[in-house]
Amino acid sequence: MRLICPKCGERDLKEFYYQGDALALHRPDPSAEPKLWDDYLHNRDNPTGVREDLWYHEAGCSTWIVVRRDTTTHEILSTEIAAIRKTSEEGAV
Amino acid sequence: MRLDRAGLIDRARPLRFTFDGVSMTGYQGDTLASALLANDVCLVGRSFKYHRPRGIMTAGSEEPNALVTVSPGQGQDPNVRATTLELYNGLSAESQNRWPTLNWDLLSVIDFAAPFLGAGFYYKTFMWPKAFWERLYEPLIRRAAGLGALNGTAKDKTYEKANAFSDVLIIGGGPSGLMAAIQAGRAGLNVIIADEDVTLGGRLLSDGGEINGAPSEEWLATVKSELAQLENVRIFNRTTVTGVYDNGTFGALERVSHHITDRPKGLVQDCFWRIVAKRTILASGALERFIAFANNDRPGIMTAGALRSYINRYGAAPGRTYTIFGNNDSAFETVLCLQEAGLHIAAYVDSRSDTTITGDFPIFRGAVVSNTAGRKNLQSITVRHDGGEDKISTDVLAVSGGWNPTLHLSCHMNGRPIWDELIQSFVPQGGAIAGMVYAGACVGHMSTAACLRSGSENALSVIADLGAKADPRTLPSAEDRPYAIKPLWSVASRTGVRAWVDFQNDVTVKDIEQSVSENYRSVEHMKRYTTQGMATDQGKNSNVTAMAVLADVNGWTIPETGTTTYRPPFVPVSIAAMGFEGAGKGFAPERFGSTHNFMMERAAPLIEAGLWYRPSYFPQRGEKTWRESCDREVLSVRNAVGVSDISTLGKIDIKGPDAAKFLDFVYINTFSTIPIGRMKYGLMLREDGFVMDDGTTARLGNTHYLMTTTTAAASQVMCHLEFVHQCLHPEWDVSLNSVTEHWTQFAIAGPKARQLLNTVLDEPLKDVQWPFMSCGAVNVLGVWGRLFRISFSGELGFELAVPSRFGDSLFRILIAKAEEYGGCVYGMEALNVLRVEKGFITHAEIDGRVTALDLGLQRLLSQKKDCVGKTASARPGLMDPERPSLVGLKTVGTVKQLTAGAHLFNEEDPVKSAYDQGFITSVAYSPVLERYHGLGFLRHGENRMGERVRMVDHLRDIEALCEVIPTVAFDPGGERTRD
Amino acid sequence: MKFSGFELFKQGLTGNKGWGPHWRTQKPRHAYDIIIIGGGGHGLATAYYLAKNHGLRNIAVLEKGYLGGGNIGRNTTIVRSNYMLPGNSEFYSHSLKLWEGMEQDLNFNTMVSQRGQIVLFHSDGQRDDAVRRANAMINRGDDAEILSTAELRKHVPYLDFDNSRFPIYGGIMQRRAGTARHDAVAWGYARGADKRGVELIQNCEVTGIDIENGRVVGVQTTQGAIKAKKVAMVAAGRSSQVAAMAGMRLPIESHILQAFVSEGLKPLIHHVISFGMGHFYISQSDKGGLVFGGNLDYYASFAARGNLAMKEHVMEAAMALMPIIGQAKVLRSWGGIMDMSPDGSPIIDKTHIEGLYLNCGWCYGGFKAVPASGFGFAHLIATDSPHPTAAGFRLDRFRSGYGLMDEEGTGSQHNLH
Repeated sequence: MRLICPKCGERDLKEFYYQGDALALHRPDPSAEPKLWDDYLHNRDNPTGVREDLWYHEAGCSTWIVVRRDTTTHEILSTEIAAIRKTSEEGAV
Repeated sequence: MRLDRAGLIDRARPLRFTFDGVSMTGYQGDTLASALLANDVCLVGRSFKYHRPRGIMTAGSEEPNALVTVSPGQGQDPNVRATTLELYNGLSAESQNRWPTLNWDLLSVIDFAAPFLGAGFYYKTFMWPKAFWERLYEPLIRRAAGLGALNGTAKDKTYEKANAFSDVLIIGGGPSGLMAAIQAGRAGLNVIIADEDVTLGGRLLSDGGEINGAPSEEWLATVKSELAQLENVRIFNRTTVTGVYDNGTFGALERVSHHITDRPKGLVQDCFWRIVAKRTILASGALERFIAFANNDRPGIMTAGALRSYINRYGAAPGRTYTIFGNNDSAFETVLCLQEAGLHIAAYVDSRSDTTITGDFPIFRGAVVSNTAGRKNLQSITVRHDGGEDKISTDVLAVSGGWNPTLHLSCHMNGRPIWDELIQSFVPQGGAIAGMVYAGACVGHMSTAACLRSGSENALSVIADLGAKADPRTLPSAEDRPYAIKPLWSVASRTGVRAWVDFQNDVTVKDIEQSVSENYRSVEHMKRYTTQGMATDQGKNSNVTAMAVLADVNGWTIPETGTTTYRPPFVPVSIAAMGFEGAGKGFAPERFGSTHNFMMERAAPLIEAGLWYRPSYFPQRGEKTWRESCDREVLSVRNAVGVSDISTLGKIDIKGPDAAKFLDFVYINTFSTIPIGRMKYGLMLREDGFVMDDGTTARLGNTHYLMTTTTAAASQVMCHLEFVHQCLHPEWDVSLNSVTEHWTQFAIAGPKARQLLNTVLDEPLKDVQWPFMSCGAVNVLGVWGRLFRISFSGELGFELAVPSRFGDSLFRILIAKAEEYGGCVYGMEALNVLRVEKGFITHAEIDGRVTALDLGLQRLLSQKKDCVGKTASARPGLMDPERPSLVGLKTVGTVKQLTAGAHLFNEEDPVKSAYDQGFITSVAYSPVLERYHGLGFLRHGENRMGERVRMVDHLRDIEALCEVIPTVAFDPGGERTRD
Repeated sequence: MKFSGFELFKQGLTGNKGWGPHWRTQKPRHAYDIIIIGGGGHGLATAYYLAKNHGLRNIAVLEKGYLGGGNIGRNTTIVRSNYMLPGNSEFYSHSLKLWEGMEQDLNFNTMVSQRGQIVLFHSDGQRDDAVRRANAMINRGDDAEILSTAELRKHVPYLDFDNSRFPIYGGIMQRRAGTARHDAVAWGYARGADKRGVELIQNCEVTGIDIENGRVVGVQTTQGAIKAKKVAMVAAGRSSQVAAMAGMRLPIESHILQAFVSEGLKPLIHHVISFGMGHFYISQSDKGGLVFGGNLDYYASFAARGNLAMKEHVMEAAMALMPIIGQAKVLRSWGGIMDMSPDGSPIIDKTHIEGLYLNCGWCYGGFKAVPASGFGFAHLIATDSPHPTAAGFRLDRFRSGYGLMDEEGTGSQHNLH
């Protein structure tokens, strides 16, 4: 697999660390009810098809990246700097 | 026998080789298979299950029978296909899976027991008596199974890996691939054309024929020379593309020097390529398939295409009298080939009654080969026709059941082949691999002209797709015969006579019938029950036929029957070729600190800490065990002073206006309130509430902190911090930099630590300066450094950091001085003893399953702020008072030893899981306390001080009575640390 | 028909024509007491034990493809019980006991080969961890022993003891661990269940789960609607998708685990060997192929195929540990879809929907669990109370934090187990 790091360009999979679902960007309020925290930490949509997840360009520029891709074909649909995504979402709220 | 025709062998360059110890001669350009046939060797191997005598069946990497062991003994290479092994001078090969010899294989008696060894027989027996499976049956089966053998030694061969990038990767160098390459090359694209064979040409090398009205070798030579001149085209000969991976990534194996007798030093055996291409043209051709008829596995029976290869390309004739059996027009070429070579055709058997073949040899139309005779070499065939049966003497039977497109690579990403009625075989599914198109025979174009056309058209579409400009020219003209085929999969045979489908694994039509009768009727069940397609050819020779036979038995159509998946690799790849980098020290990087040379000079045994190497202890003359050295080092620290290199701890530089806020969020305790020039112990949780790591963080400036992590967790913590910053709080103005390698840091600990330190500081410290947990800049022998008043040993302690380039020098100076003060350099063993005595935790305790509460550190958790892991750490299960908590342990009985990994039980309880009270995580012998001190987790531990528990270590056979004591065993008040 | 050497002889004399089907080919009826979604190892074992242990007969197993076509048909066939934490510990111990009597119980040779597993350790810290684990195994009645480097050299002389990046400090051996013939396990359970009246229905994909008033009443399938009093979801690899039909969102992320087999070789490796530093494990099948595997491909996927980077990494681990197998040629590699759970341990539990049961989250350790999983799940379905050996596998443990079974200590990130 090859991912396009928004800062470095197309790179081999070996340079990246994968964490999991991009819902990790949306940390619940500390006082949120346990169900929300359970959903944040454990429960997953885990779709067959398009999903977004978080990757870290560990052997590169240390950027966290939101990768939109298909879990059945491994097609990479888009990559985006996580901080920018997060900032724009916060701004939209 | 060797024919007098040219072929592609160099008769001026004879080569000596041996097979099963017999010396023979071949020529440059031969494969081992062609040379064996030229030397009239017909029997080359034994089948897997029945040990049937077998000969060469194909002329390619799909060969199921002719597997040999090359260079038996030192450097032995098993299961090498004789059909692709280039002959070289001195080649030594042996047959496999026979005992004692290929000719007289005692295990061939198994063949006589075949009626009892049908599909899946082993699932129905060997169950009684129960204990006999491991003791008797399995060892016997294991010994009989297997093909070649490894010789049990590591080979001293060299490999390499390489990366290549291209616009277009063309897989296969036959007419289609060549045409595609020339088009793409002329269009200026960056082209790689990879072919498994030693030279480009594909079937042209075996079938000759005409292109543009001239012998095809002329066209081939022109194309090859043009490609060689194009700088944007790279030709990868001897290179098999083995696997297709995501986003245009391919694995390929180049057999660099297998064919060279005395490989020069430095020349690798294989190169494993990772090729990344924007577009791919699969031009992998087709493989001729067999027909299942009675005793179709005898040596001397081969595919018609293989026979043509041996005769035309290698000038090797496998016999004197030839018969041909086919169901399609491609078999005609075999007639031409034999006639041109002046070889005798005893019969032509065509299952089609309307075949158009003519010739001055016996032709049987609408007939089939119904049986054969000749155990170790074919002697005759039986032809069944309308008029009855004829027995015909022959040495060689060439069989063509049609051609199966070599579509395997198109399946590597789960694409399923499509049934094509016209060619009676499967073709690759369009779009199965993003960016890949199919050209030539691999997609069912069987004539040379069609292949050239298809190669060109596909190249033009790729050129347009990539936005390049094509330079189209007239297509060369060539043979364009229609590929007329009528399906013939198997020939009905007498009961009890076997017709092979999968040759190596000995799967016959009967086995497939039996499989269906036992209701293993889906293709996956049949395959698994009979083992069809699981041999070294991975079904290349048998899958389509097996599917057709299965469809027939089930009464289904072939498309209804489906197909199994082809998975990488396309041809077997040695573990070494893909993994040689892992051998020896290569499996992971080795990290050496700046004082590494010193450690080596002092002969310190090194231990692995993450990727780092750290000194275990520093042996001195007369010390016989590690304990002696360790005890001395510990006592030196306690009584004088010790110096240790602790640079491997992770150091993360944290800067920015929001640095304090950031730290408050990643640690459970508060860092925003510590003054500049002070430092603090911090505990960090994962978001799930369990402890991730601990360490100290120093405030170097208003917006500048330096965090330390444990050695093991340094990269995990860095990744985590970047996550917290970039993904949770990008709005915070803070930057993170790992500076682990930039600073060499020494622990200086012991009563004389200040004294020692002052010998290297430009401005010596006064007692009142640098209270415990303070930090700041200092000048060390003229070099700018950092000093931290901190202790992991419980002694008066400092950590002194200098830029790494000064590390070695400063270390030597410090140790020399320390030794003058009666101190010493100390290693990890002593460091561990010192910390265990003090009850300090490491990842032995922080094993990923403990909470701050378990560690007795819950008080650190600030209630005034949120932090990573805070909410989850409050889950009831993590706050459960039943959770084991950290305690100290000492022995109180006659057994004085504690062992880490032992479990704890109440004194009177049985030693059973249900009564388990906890376990020991760290143990050290304390030379100061003159006893073992242990740390462990014990149920209700914090409330059980002074109680007795039993420690049981079955593995070391030690049981000891212990008393629960505080974790801190030495200087519990901490006076020594604080002056 | 009872399988035996005598029967094999008798059938051999008459052309092997009389064996008969190992299970019947079935079309679904309109209603059953219990429907099991998934005809893999766990589903078939569940059906078998429902019939055998609980005398239940009116059961259908619905399989969207062919029986035994999931991870039971593509794994590295290792059977072991080296688990440490309460919950896992008693479960895998029970499973190993069931493996030991499997052939006689099923009258099907599943080739359970107790050749011993050796887990290597490569530092003092790893040794102490391994000892803690091994002591836990012995405390509950299983076997384990520690091997010094000298002893290892006798058992497995071909390891790279002298030059390896991570030196071998020793190993833990469980002699009762080993391998089994994976397909045969599925077929043996299928045959046993069929013989007891369970209906095995292939090519029948469940497309919906019917729930009325908080209670399951049946399923929709590609072969029509089927009513059921109880429905058991045991479809690892597609657990999230099946549960979603009941409106559930599982603590599962799916990942690919690759496995590899080499060409057949004469016997060379006589144990199951695990490399403590490289997530690498290997054994040699009775046919002679080296069967080995490594770590997950790391990213969520349903593609059922592996990436090149992990292939290379696994080969490197092989070369690091035992360079003598360098000349063995990899014949085939494949990737299975793993239900990765947040603590690396499975779930066998009731759901909030009455009559709907869940069995999932086996990560990459499902094969060895098949007998006890079927046994425990059958008990839960039949009695509505968990079997004591499988009582720890609660679905709510993640939310509550009670009884987490994080054997690797890597936390709630699914792919790290």
